[in-house]
Amino acid sequence: MKRIVVGPFNRVEGDLEVTLDVEGGVVRSARVCSPMYRGFEQILIGKKALDALTIVPRVCGICSVAQSAAAARALASAMQLRAPENGRLASDLVRATESAADHLTHFYLFFMPDFAREAYARRSWFAPVQARFQAMRGSAAAEALDARARLLDVMGLLAGKWPHTLALQPGGTSRAVHRHEKIQLLLALRAFRAFLEGKLFGDALERVAAIDDAAALAAWRDERPASASDFRAFLAVAEDLALERFGRAHDVFLSFGAYGPEGAPWLAPGVFDGALRPLEPATIREDVSHAWLADEGSRHPSRGVTRPAPDKADAYTWCKAPRLDGRVVEVGALARQVVDGHPLARDLVARGGGNVLSRVTGRLLELARMVPQMERWVTALAPGEPFCVTGGLPEDAMGMGLVEAARGGLGHWIEVRGGRIQGYQIIAPTTWNFSPRDAEGRPGPLEQALTGLPSGDDESAVLVQHVVRSFDPCMVCTVH
Amino acid sequence: MVSEPSPAARLNVLWLQSGGCGGCSMSLLGSRTGDLLRTLADAGVDLLWHPTLSEQTGADAVEVWRACAEGRTRLDVLCLEGAVLRGPAGTGRFHMAAGTGEPMATWVSRLAARARRVVAIGTCATYGGMTSGGANPSDACGLQYDGDTPGGLLGAEWRDPDGLPVVNVAGCPPHPDWMVETLVALGLGTFGASDLDPLGRPRSYADQLVHHGCPRNEYYEFKASAHKPSDLGCLMENMGCKATQAHGDCNTRTWNGSGSCLRGGFACIDCTAPGFEEPGHPFAETPKLAGIPIALPIDMPKAWFVALAALSKSATPRRVRENAVADHERVPPGIRNSGRK
Repeated sequence: MKRIVVGPFNRVEGDLEVTLDVEGGVVRSARVCSPMYRGFEQILIGKKALDALTIVPRVCGICSVAQSAAAARALASAMQLRAPENGRLASDLVRATESAADHLTHFYLFFMPDFAREAYARRSWFAPVQARFQAMRGSAAAEALDARARLLDVMGLLAGKWPHTLALQPGGTSRAVHRHEKIQLLLALRAFRAFLEGKLFGDALERVAAIDDAAALAAWRDERPASASDFRAFLAVAEDLALERFGRAHDVFLSFGAYGPEGAPWLAPGVFDGALRPLEPATIREDVSHAWLADEGSRHPSRGVTRPAPDKADAYTWCKAPRLDGRVVEVGALARQVVDGHPLARDLVARGGGNVLSRVTGRLLELARMVPQMERWVTALAPGEPFCVTGGLPEDAMGMGLVEAARGGLGHWIEVRGGRIQGYQIIAPTTWNFSPRDAEGRPGPLEQALTGLPSGDDESAVLVQHVVRSFDPCMVCTVH
Repeated sequence: MVSEPSPAARLNVLWLQSGGCGGCSMSLLGSRTGDLLRTLADAGVDLLWHPTLSEQTGADAVEVWRACAEGRTRLDVLCLEGAVLRGPAGTGRFHMAAGTGEPMATWVSRLAARARRVVAIGTCATYGGMTSGGANPSDACGLQYDGDTPGGLLGAEWRDPDGLPVVNVAGCPPHPDWMVETLVALGLGTFGASDLDPLGRPRSYADQLVHHGCPRNEYYEFKASAHKPSDLGCLMENMGCKATQAHGDCNTRTWNGSGSCLRGGFACIDCTAPGFEEPGHPFAETPKLAGIPIALPIDMPKAWFVALAALSKSATPRRVRENAVADHERVPPGIRNSGRK
């Protein structure tokens, strides 16, 4: 048995270390370590409840408004507030903008550059892929960053700035939209659509969103050469490297549901394990048996505690291990699309479960579906009608805020006593995906996804990177 | 026209992250100065390694750090994003740099000793920032400050080989231009001690107040104040806004196109200042004494502020008074008779 320590992983958000036990050219087991602890759940204790809105975005610079939204929703539930339609639409737009920017950043800056590495120099597709996607040098990064910066104009208009806004409030948003600004918002989305349709897909978003199974995806890919769009280039590489065979985890997918009116979100909530099941947040437990945290048993986050125990035996990460009704679950764009019932996502998962191909495709499919939806939300904004309502916070209250960040389900649980925060627990998407083993020894999703991978040559070393990045991890959120 | 620097004059920049959120890098990537990578390259900046942008990972990345630490690669600028985590109990184990078995704080000390210049990116790396908030569970500090107190990881007396302290590009996050302009000025060799304010911040943005260029200025003039989120009025009296005391050019430069905190309808929390994370009052409420905000505009005598505020409140036009507590202009400005009729 040979032990390999891999890290630091760059082109993920934050720091990450993975330990692989290899025997006979195969990864036999993996341990995922989130090596940094800041203690936001401790920092929040004793603060006035509404201060959470300023503090929690700073948990994460890439999922900043998702953190804001979860806090706003947790406080809104404690205050029994409901945002007016405009506030809901503006908040959805801000969150969708962040998710779209993150999906773009992941594909162009984090994920694709690995195919431009020398390990693949002998592959037939290498030269054009290297010219397009190589880190720091490829032609795609500048174009994608420009498209991203232009998209973030939506943040300048609706949220003041990104990251770290205070515009998302329990009762709506702090920035009302004027009539002419609706046009500015549409123009920013049109510019983004032009990039997606011109470069990423080489096709209309609506056509991409209508691809309904793996065979239709292959047919779409073959309509034009791989050089015609960046998604086609990825699909060609994925076919050659058989990426759908790698990175499979437990194939239980969780989504809290996203966007749209409460009770009737645009993307449905639920759990998919071959069949769709209802979401039961009361069955969430966080296990800390393998984290450097004091172990007070497996707890629901509303009663959770976070106390560092850096010398604890058998621990190997700062990350807790959340489980849903005792099950290891995977979250992310693929999970959202599968739970929502998109036929392509369902078919990809039926064929090969969650894997490198299906996770990346799920993310780009979501982009194709989301931008037309955002255009409709802008159109629905009604200048002159209210964007924000206010209300009082009871001295003692509990609140829960479940949202979908770019990388999957994000939950905040707050307990307020005497107007101050008595308890605050966060379960971020990568907390689910990169969780360690639990008390029963069951590995987390990435740990499972790495097990069984080939090991030994240059290409298999890069394959580990593909599997890790297929989850689009955000390590600063993971531990917080 | 700026001439291209010779290869020898190129600037080797190593960028590391520790106790922060990565938001400074995310802000940097939103730069609107054109092709960011080309902008930096054209100024002679070579990014040896950046966590978000570089190809090298794992052992290859560690080798880049090690070559700098051992002097095999010339290290011109060390950028640190995120606070230094000293805990638990001074061990630095709250952030063990992945793949190295050593605390990131150790790497930062080692590399700072080799660097020609050290740049702290964001308020966590400069002063401790939000990571040092509350009871500061990770014992976080900045490179040369621990909140308001000079010191931090490197110590108050630390100077680089040219005699400069740490360059503190403070902000939570910093505006992309603040980072780009600092790096480009370093690349062009035009950045010196006179470019730093007393807190080590680049004066290019720190010599201005966030209040400058605030589109709510008419409401400020008349003390026509917002009472709740989404109101158009001035955010100083009730909503916790510190723009009249905070250093930054947020409203003359603007963020993500047309934005800023104030333009987004929420308070400036003075995020470029040491200690902003613990204001001693709720972030979105203005502490007052006898109805007067405790923190007055910088450089303004209190008696004058109180007198002018009373006068301007009584002189507030109806338009300004009514619009201040609405989320859109209910009363448009009057139109002056041109006298041509």
